Amino acid sequence: MSAYILRRILYAIPILIGVNLLTFTLFFVVNSPDDMARAHLGTKYVTPAMIQAWKREHGYDKPLLYNSSAPGLGRVTDTIFFTQSVDMFAFRFGRSDDGRDIGRDIRARMGPSLEIQLPVFVIGLATNITFALLTVFFRATYLDLAGTVLSVALMSISGLFYIIAGQYLFAIVLRLVPISGYAGGVESFKFVALPVAIGVVAGVGSGTRWYRTLFLEESGKDYVRTARAKGLSEAQVLFRHVLRNGMIPILTGAVVVIPTLFMGSLIMESFFGIPGLGSYTIDAIQSQDFGIVRAMVFLGSVLYIVGLLLTDLSYTLFDPRVRF
Amino acid sequence: MPLSFSFWGHAWSVEWVVLWTDALLYVLIVAAVLLALYIRRHPPLQRPWSRVVRSPMAMGAAVILAAYAAIGLLDSVHVRLPIAPVKGSTVRYYSPELLSVFDLIAGPLRTHTEYSYSAPFATRLYTQETVRLPDGQTRREYPRLKYGGAGLKSAAELGGDVCARVARALAEAGAAWLVAAAALTWRLARRHRCAVWQMALRCLRGDTQVPWRTIGLTFGVVLALGWSAGALCTHYHILGTDEVGRDVFYLSLKSVRTGLVIGTVTTLVMLPFALALGISAGYFRGWVDDVVQYVYTTLNSIPGVLLIAAAVLILQSYMDRHAGLYDTVAARADMRLLFLCLILGITSWTGLCRLLRGETLKLCEADYIQAARAFGVGHGRIITRHILPNVMHIVLISVVLDFSSLVLAEAVLSYVGVGVDPSTISWGNMINSARLEMARQPAVWWPLASAFIFMFALVLSANLFADVVREALDPRTKGRGGER
Repeated sequence: MSAYILRRILYAIPILIGVNLLTFTLFFVVNSPDDMARAHLGTKYVTPAMIQAWKREHGYDKPLLYNSSAPGLGRVTDTIFFTQSVDMFAFRFGRSDDGRDIGRDIRARMGPSLEIQLPVFVIGLATNITFALLTVFFRATYLDLAGTVLSVALMSISGLFYIIAGQYLFAIVLRLVPISGYAGGVESFKFVALPVAIGVVAGVGSGTRWYRTLFLEESGKDYVRTARAKGLSEAQVLFRHVLRNGMIPILTGAVVVIPTLFMGSLIMESFFGIPGLGSYTIDAIQSQDFGIVRAMVFLGSVLYIVGLLLTDLSYTLFDPRVRF
Repeated sequence: MPLSFSFWGHAWSVEWVVLWTDALLYVLIVAAVLLALYIRRHPPLQRPWSRVVRSPMAMGAAVILAAYAAIGLLDSVHVRLPIAPVKGSTVRYYSPELLSVFDLIAGPLRTHTEYSYSAPFATRLYTQETVRLPDGQTRREYPRLKYGGAGLKSAAELGGDVCARVARALAEAGAAWLVAAAALTWRLARRHRCAVWQMALRCLRGDTQVPWRTIGLTFGVVLALGWSAGALCTHYHILGTDEVGRDVFYLSLKSVRTGLVIGTVTTLVMLPFALALGISAGYFRGWVDDVVQYVYTTLNSIPGVLLIAAAVLILQSYMDRHAGLYDTVAARADMRLLFLCLILGITSWTGLCRLLRGETLKLCEADYIQAARAFGVGHGRIITRHILPNVMHIVLISVVLDFSSLVLAEAVLSYVGVGVDPSTISWGNMINSARLEMARQPAVWWPLASAFIFMFALVLSANLFADVVREALDPRTKGRGGER
């Protein structure tokens, strides 16, 4: 098995290199450092000297790929590609436009992001599975039809609506929770409760539908028929057999998102003023801070690839049929 | 292209402008028509679609989708109106402002702009203004609107006036509906060779293969809503006005086109990629498969929103540097919309590509393809004649499924600031510009509510339609009839 895992890890390396090359092309070739400097300094009244100074300050004044003026190994290492892109493999993300260390910011902001994303994930998964099981239990009745129609309707509502309406109702009209903001420690509960609730509700429609099809597929299998034939009640069949076997695709499917929970949720965090990675990214996008966006793109792909690895791993753990 | 025509004795002269997204929409319509004709001529392909046509839910949704499509298409024919010519000059100049046929129809809606926010059906502004009284003193008050309820003498007449207008509109809509229903029943009766009243009875009982009763009901509701809105919107701001006084109803209708373009053109631009790469990966296998798999895993591993954000940021700075490429603001906004579709397409083709690869792998083992190979049929011919028609259902399913998520994605992206151009009217921009106003006292809820409701109706009907299409086209669900 360790050989298998090692092979998967080795397979992830070319993908990471691909991501890195792609972001490098996007951020430094399509959009050259000169353009970046102009975007920040403005297009009017800018002298070439100012652009040079801005580039030097941010370490963008080197050649892109090959530095013919540097001695020895420096021809390769003293370039933008090496200092900006290859460094990412060591999780050195450089500095943002306002001079802060991106790596440190990311570490500090992971916590608040997780504080929302993890409960949303766990509670959401439990809620979706419960609702899906209920609709399967009452299948082919009006309750099932109502549930299905309701989940399609919930799915069709824009995620922004849940956020805006939830904030208006609970924070502005009922004043149950603060409108926005964040505090560390136990205090954080009242700031985090509403975003978590909204996150769960926003995902209920599509989640229920997805798990419902999974359970329906599962309950059409032969072993379920056998279980019914030997006289088990519908509830026993559903909770003992269908749920347990259905959990395999659910868990292995859910594992892939666990690492990406660190990335936070873009809109929720900026709306509720939670200092997590999601709002960090949005602020960077809006202030056109390419350094941060680049770091987040790379981090996101690393986490996704870790998720893929974990998925493969979880197959070997959860599913007894997978053997090596 | 200058067009001249006379109409009711007036000579009209306009310049017809085809924006990029307009052209792509036209291509899409032609493609859809061709596909429909092709399916009509091939009974095996027609069979699953007849299941869609017989589903009440799908047809009800289709009526609503058709209403949206009509608005969107009217809004996709752009013209520039002539400016009054200079005396003695024969050269005709056209206004730089780009108008669509929809704008021309909705004339007063577009031009009736107020000073600032006003609530739906309001006769006064939402904010207080300092007004100068005739005797020289000033007072703070809510000024009367220029257009909203302008014909009313006092606010007390509002309810009666609205009711009267709605009643008249409903009567007219009812009459129009009856005419349409009668014409349809007559045609159906002709086709089924039975008496008209018998056909009418069958339609009412729902005893027809095509669910005409549901179609008629939905059409009636759409007609009633549309007709009343049309009758009211020239006298009132039925959904209020936004921050700079534009009519919110007009904005919501204008956003339809943006939503439709994003939902359809994106799929159109991604289809060639997904088809070519997915099928060739599954068909040729070996290194081609490796390369394609590598490319889509890499693209897939970058978080979608971030890749879109990065690409749009870079596009933005590119467009800022090349401002001379576009002659009008609308052309610039259109370019940005097109690029957004392209970027969304590049990030969203991977899922379809993977499905197509898998299906092609499976198909290549089928006997008829092995036979074709044994007979020495060329690769190109096998792919176009044998594989492509057999993966079409996957393509169609993913096209209809993607549509609604793309419409929703537009709102989120515009909110993040990497969506459509700020000058483009879209639901995302409406939400974005009004999101902070909920905290005001009293809350300014109408721009948000309108955008959400219009979006919800479109996405819900698209989702319902897509559900039926998926069930009808997916061969795997054919045997599962008993579960519903």
